[in-house]
Amino acid sequence: MSAQHEAAARDEHDWSVEAWRPAPDQRTAASATASQWRLMWWKFRRHRLAMVSGVVVIVIYLLALFADFVAPVDPNLTSTRHTYAPPQSIGLFVDGAWLPHVNGYKVEIDPIAVRRTFVEDPEKIVPIGLFVRSEPYEFLGLFTLHTRLIGPLEPGQPFYLLGADRLGRDVLSRILHGARVSMSIGLVGVAVSLGLGVLLGGISGYHGGWVDDAVQRLIELLKAIPTIPLWMGLAAAIPATWSPLTVYFAITVLISLIGWTSLAREVRGRFLSMKSEDFVTAARLDRASELRVIMRHMAPSFVSHIIATLTLAIPAMILAETALSFLGIGLRAPVVSWGVLLQEAQNVRAVATAPWLLTPGLAVVIAVLSLNFLGDGLRDAADPYAD
Amino acid sequence: MIDAVCQGRPMHDREDDPVLEVRGLSTTFDLRTGPLHAVRDASFTVRRGRTLCIVGESGSGKSVAARSILRIVPSPGRIEAGRILLHGVDRTTDLATLDARSPAMRAIRGARISMIFQEPMSSLSPVHRIGNQIAESLQLHTALDKPARRARVIELLRQVEIPEPEEAVDRYPFEYSGGMRQRAMIAMALACEPDVLIADEPTTALDVTTQAEILDLIARLQADRGMGVMFITHDMGVVAEIADEVCVMFRGEVVESGPVDGIFHAAKHPYTRMLIGSAAKLENRAAAKPPAPGADAPPILVVECLSKRFRAKKGLFGRRAVVTDAVRDASLTLRRGETLGVVGESGSGKTTLGRMVLRVIEPSGGRATYFDAAGTAVELTALDRKGLRRLYGEMRMIFQDPMSSLNPRMTVEQVIGEPLRNDGWRQRAIQDRVAELLDLVGLPVDVMERYPHAFSGGQRQRIGIARALAPEPRLIVADEATSALDVSLRAQVLDLLLDIQRRMDLSFLFISHDISVIRYFCDRVAVMRKGEIVELGPVDRVCEAPEHPYTRALLSAVPRPDPRARRLGARHRYVEEVAS
Repeated sequence: MSAQHEAAARDEHDWSVEAWRPAPDQRTAASATASQWRLMWWKFRRHRLAMVSGVVVIVIYLLALFADFVAPVDPNLTSTRHTYAPPQSIGLFVDGAWLPHVNGYKVEIDPIAVRRTFVEDPEKIVPIGLFVRSEPYEFLGLFTLHTRLIGPLEPGQPFYLLGADRLGRDVLSRILHGARVSMSIGLVGVAVSLGLGVLLGGISGYHGGWVDDAVQRLIELLKAIPTIPLWMGLAAAIPATWSPLTVYFAITVLISLIGWTSLAREVRGRFLSMKSEDFVTAARLDRASELRVIMRHMAPSFVSHIIATLTLAIPAMILAETALSFLGIGLRAPVVSWGVLLQEAQNVRAVATAPWLLTPGLAVVIAVLSLNFLGDGLRDAADPYAD
Repeated sequence: MIDAVCQGRPMHDREDDPVLEVRGLSTTFDLRTGPLHAVRDASFTVRRGRTLCIVGESGSGKSVAARSILRIVPSPGRIEAGRILLHGVDRTTDLATLDARSPAMRAIRGARISMIFQEPMSSLSPVHRIGNQIAESLQLHTALDKPARRARVIELLRQVEIPEPEEAVDRYPFEYSGGMRQRAMIAMALACEPDVLIADEPTTALDVTTQAEILDLIARLQADRGMGVMFITHDMGVVAEIADEVCVMFRGEVVESGPVDGIFHAAKHPYTRMLIGSAAKLENRAAAKPPAPGADAPPILVVECLSKRFRAKKGLFGRRAVVTDAVRDASLTLRRGETLGVVGESGSGKTTLGRMVLRVIEPSGGRATYFDAAGTAVELTALDRKGLRRLYGEMRMIFQDPMSSLNPRMTVEQVIGEPLRNDGWRQRAIQDRVAELLDLVGLPVDVMERYPHAFSGGQRQRIGIARALAPEPRLIVADEATSALDVSLRAQVLDLLLDIQRRMDLSFLFISHDISVIRYFCDRVAVMRKGEIVELGPVDRVCEAPEHPYTRALLSAVPRPDPRARRLGARHRYVEEVAS
């Protein structure tokens, strides 16, 4: 091509910025029409740890939901012959032949401490399997089942994957059932906080003025009260005659009484910052009603933030329940929750002889950590237009 | 004496000697999506006592080039190739080969090459006194003791024309105005008598009169000290005013460079011609502008003595009330089919005035009256919510920031169709109308499904314009509608508005800080200063023969994109009366 030709071609070229600079997200046609939630999902997916944590959280909730089926035995089934039985390990072969099994126990008497100790007895083979027959039980109170996910082929044989407690109850089954209460108290508590927080925070941020002042001072007041003594005082006021279920709800309300404050602040902050956004002014000038401005124009941009905050609030609820129950002022037996289970591990002697009683603590750590990581990931993804 | 205290400064040099030579510089960012070549094979030379202007639009790689020289390219950027030669008295250093964190590089930064940034607020630390911040570089690069450093800082502040430097030295950045902060930044950059000063858009965030003073100051200090200045800007007017040599960057490449006169009057590259053309175009009234309606045309908006007073409570328990008059007794009349510009610097109250007309901000006094199509007067300032909402179909607004004024969570169709939907239109009809509007503002119809994040700034502003036009308004308040756009787009958007005005019989209240935009687009102009309208008249008359001294100062501070007719040297300064 001649130089003249080139120059002519160059002159015809559109040299304005629009012509060459790709718009921020025109790389793919898909992202141009991607809604907020899809963009958030793309951003969240890049956060590996949060993705893994999300899966863990889902698994924990599924386990809690299907605890009846997954747990090898009834969590309240006692066995005096197996008090403080240590955890068994699963073997897959017997004499080279395929036979999943655990070993039974034999009792030895420690001649010095004069104490019964359990030792695994390689002679006693307890064959185990999946989907085994069991005592009938009510599944979620809906229908009766005779099958459990895992257990000894012959019902009644000893099967303690995480050991047994003081009364010979299976720790694994109790942790799985405890997950129900502990994980759901987080959800219910957060739901109550959400209602209070969004309502009061929203009013506070949107209305401003003296309403804002009043709500903010109330929050400060609530935050200034030391939580543990407050809970102790309120929990002590719960009548001992109440049924475990009523106590459960009373405790949830107590916990969320404090929990809503941070959520209300979050919502208020969002409202305040968004009230002055140009697109909200534009919506008003577009003749949108106040309700539509809030619901259609403002809410979508902070709902994602609220979800992230909620996810981060659940672990706090779980920890609060565990702490209360551990101190003996929260839930009480026969309700099974992780805090109640950890009460067993309060005395040093028990822990020294049966360290597996601490495993509910491990469950708490896993649940809280994965919820926190998940919440972090959600928070980072909550504003997909940030960069 | 000063020469002796700063190390590494060559003794005496001839003017015009190259002091910094950049040869074949390439800087690349390794992004997830692949390498981004921010600067490609760029070469330029900074000469002692001369000013090299690097000019280009946003994203052209001009800032990255400057940062590459100081080796402060943000991660994941890296210099891929090229040499950056800094000539000293006895030896030449290639900065590209130095380690970015090495002591050798640190000794050069701030001492031999220093830099001023665009945002004077964010580049000064808010928690340290101005004096201490300037003294820090003296502490790092010289052997001066503390009292000597302080004396030197006061001397520097005096040189950059900060009043009462003895007191100003102990103040914090928040006590300085924007222009004073930029002066302090310059003092900091000059503390060690650098050979090269890199100024990265140092006046973009400033008002035009402040810009003129800062440009003046840099030019004077440069003449005193014989520094080489590398000045980065997007503003062709500034280039024409100060440059000795120009280097035009486009998509990371230097497309043209040479002496300023040659660039402006004999540009070879079409991109350069386009840049100069768009700047020069705004020097005159638009050719396509319809004739201004005569004085007998019926009014559409009459503003009488409109005022806004902001009260802020200060002090313990808010006992001390601080009163700010954002707008004082503003009166103007907008006639049907007319475009009335409102020009002023930041804080002049022009935005508040525009928003008060639409009652987005509630006025504290005065009256605004709107005349509808039948000529009936509607008193805006006395309307209730319902009455206002009815009028919002006839009075619309175009916003400054095309990023924040479009809801990122709605598609283009929803954004533009929102006023129609709230007016009770059917979905089908909305779609047809949105397609029509998109066509009107020059966007393809198939973008309806997309979200605002998929568009560039100029395209978003077009979407904003389409939204404003949707309910067939009669009056549009445009608040800095073109300020966030690159120069090549500014004229395009203005031409679009002119075209629409011709077709739709619109009246504009056009608010801008940029007198050239006003001159291009408006029939009459109101000049605002500190909340008051100081002058109001036909654009040509105000621009050619301004009556108020402030208008004269404002006009003479606007850089003219022609190096043969530099304006700033002979500019008129407005000296504020000491009253008020």
